[in-house]
Amino acid sequence: MPSTLFDRLWEAHVVAELGGGWALLHIDRHLLHDLSGSGGLATLAERGLPLNRPDLTFATADHAVSSAPGRTGETYDQGAPLYRVLREQSQKVGIPFFDIGQRGQGIVHVMAPELGITLPGTTLVCGDSHTCTHGGLGALAFGIGSSELVHVLATQTLRQKKPRQMRIVYEGALKPGVTAKDLALHVIGTLGAAAGTGHAIEHAGPGIAALPIEARLTLCNMSVELGSKIALCAPDQATVDYLRGKPFAPAGADFDAAIADWSELRTDDGARFDREALFNLGCVPPTITWGTSPEHAIAIDGTAPDPCAAPDAARREAWQAALDYMGLTPGQKLCGTPVDWVFIGSCANARLTDLRDAARVVRGRRVAAAVKAWVVPGSVEVKDAAEAEGLDEIFRAAGFEWREPGCSMCVAANGEVVPPGRRAVSTSNRNFVGRQGPGARTHLASPASAAAAAIAGAIADIREI
Amino acid sequence: MEPFTIITGPAAPLLRRDIDTDVIIRIERLTQLPRRELGRYALEALRGLDFVLDRPPFRGAPILLAGANFGCGSSREGAVWALQETGLRSIIAPSFGDIFFANCFHNGMLPVVLPEAAVASLAAQAAHGAPVTVDLRQCRVIAPDGAAHPFAIDSLRRELLLEGVDELGLTLRRLAEIAAWQQADAVRRPWCAPNKQGHVR
Ligand code: SF4
Repeated sequence: MPSTLFDRLWEAHVVAELGGGWALLHIDRHLLHDLSGSGGLATLAERGLPLNRPDLTFATADHAVSSAPGRTGETYDQGAPLYRVLREQSQKVGIPFFDIGQRGQGIVHVMAPELGITLPGTTLVCGDSHTCTHGGLGALAFGIGSSELVHVLATQTLRQKKPRQMRIVYEGALKPGVTAKDLALHVIGTLGAAAGTGHAIEHAGPGIAALPIEARLTLCNMSVELGSKIALCAPDQATVDYLRGKPFAPAGADFDAAIADWSELRTDDGARFDREALFNLGCVPPTITWGTSPEHAIAIDGTAPDPCAAPDAARREAWQAALDYMGLTPGQKLCGTPVDWVFIGSCANARLTDLRDAARVVRGRRVAAAVKAWVVPGSVEVKDAAEAEGLDEIFRAAGFEWREPGCSMCVAANGEVVPPGRRAVSTSNRNFVGRQGPGARTHLASPASAAAAAIAGAIADIREI
Repeated sequence: MEPFTIITGPAAPLLRRDIDTDVIIRIERLTQLPRRELGRYALEALRGLDFVLDRPPFRGAPILLAGANFGCGSSREGAVWALQETGLRSIIAPSFGDIFFANCFHNGMLPVVLPEAAVASLAAQAAHGAPVTVDLRQCRVIAPDGAAHPFAIDSLRRELLLEGVDELGLTLRRLAEIAAWQQADAVRRPWCAPNKQGHVR
């Protein structure tokens, strides 16, 4: 029987079949962050259970720490206890803790790939739904809740039921100025926020093979907004080149052995999926969200929809509530809508290529007077590399704040919020009600589109800049 | 964990689709409050003057009738805790976010998948607080008029919930088996151990 990439990854990690499609799966990498990892380590200690594999567990603080220049782990006082618990417990159980200011600190989903902690053919979990990001390197990676987190700490395994499988095939190439973020929003807008529920998604086809690794990470990151906790791209030469020489990646003969194993990680011709979809990359426009679900995505030159045209009653109610929350009227053009805040950051879009995309738009221009604009690099590694290229100078000269690595305004768990009623263009992955702060109005877009909005002081079409 | 067998009571309707876990409980509430205080803040962004869980007969209701894709978004298990603290034991919806769905089972909360039309009909009948029954032993939801809606549920999950067994206890009995797998794997995939040289600075 032909196998899928997902089948291969799954089968390679089965410690025991539990019947009924359930398996006890080995977990090769576990990432802890301040928000969920602190509580997990504390629970483990309370229950008197030892950590099963300290060598496979890694911790950093990202969610509840300040991103202000000059910050420490305790600058945001309400996050300080979480930071302290994570640091102390990490030391106690003997796992690496990438502390503030150290190489390795940053958003878990940015730092682990770039350090080579994430590898093709491994299983990786984290108490965070965007863990699907790591599938961009060919890892079977998914988010878990706090009960599952303690289960992994104590046993290095999880009981999982094999999900259904979905494949999205991409053909053609993205037009200039259109990025993986636009693509992800376009796919979610087309298929809907529950299209992948209960499925593991493989992003496949020539369009994916042509995407650089950081773009694959962005596409897989956004896949949880399709309802799927797992997303994958088959590893290839680009993956190998990306990982070669990374600090935690295998070296020498081990790397050669890894490459040989990784070359088997693909879907056979004729393998069956429960659901398939096809996209032509050449048809993807710069895309932005108008509402409060990532599926509320439209071409940037489009208009907010009319709830009367909604396909069903539940959507009509959701669209109307979203328009009210966002302060938009049916048929309103998004382009030209004034914005108050621009946030360039998050595990969707705070990697070096994202910052380059934004800097290209910003260079030699000024942020509009009424706009507050932030750049929050995804990790210390990204920040250092960006500064070495002078990107920080470009942003600062234009009037952006250049900040320290972390989740920052993506999640508003660190005191960094878009004020109530204010409109933001953000490169993050969620436009949920209150996500960037109570009453905050979030439009999700690519780094280039966010930069364009900062300069124009309003939502703007990158193709016209 | 508290076992789940059968519950009967008012079923609060909240049929908007795509209610995400950020809306179910704001992240700052989770970082600032103990679990037992979360109930008041469940769904706070939707709480207006006559929010359904704040008014009789639905205050403290054990059942929630929800829209499609309920609990999508963030993996925060606190979303389940917050709903639980309002008194909920079961949520009936056409579909759920995957991680939220799993988190429910780890806390003795039963998520039931029923077709949209069935949820809508339950909501209509239960609108004034007429009792709905969720029976995990028989795998069916009984409407106020007595109509039974059978539901499918994974058999392993059902057993654990009926008994109130948590998974960790079961897996801890397999630590030797896990250690043996790990040893064999170290030979099979020597490259998989994180590079010891990697430890940065
Ligand atoms: S950047 Fe945002 S989405 Fe990513 S891990 Fe942090 S809070 Fe979650």
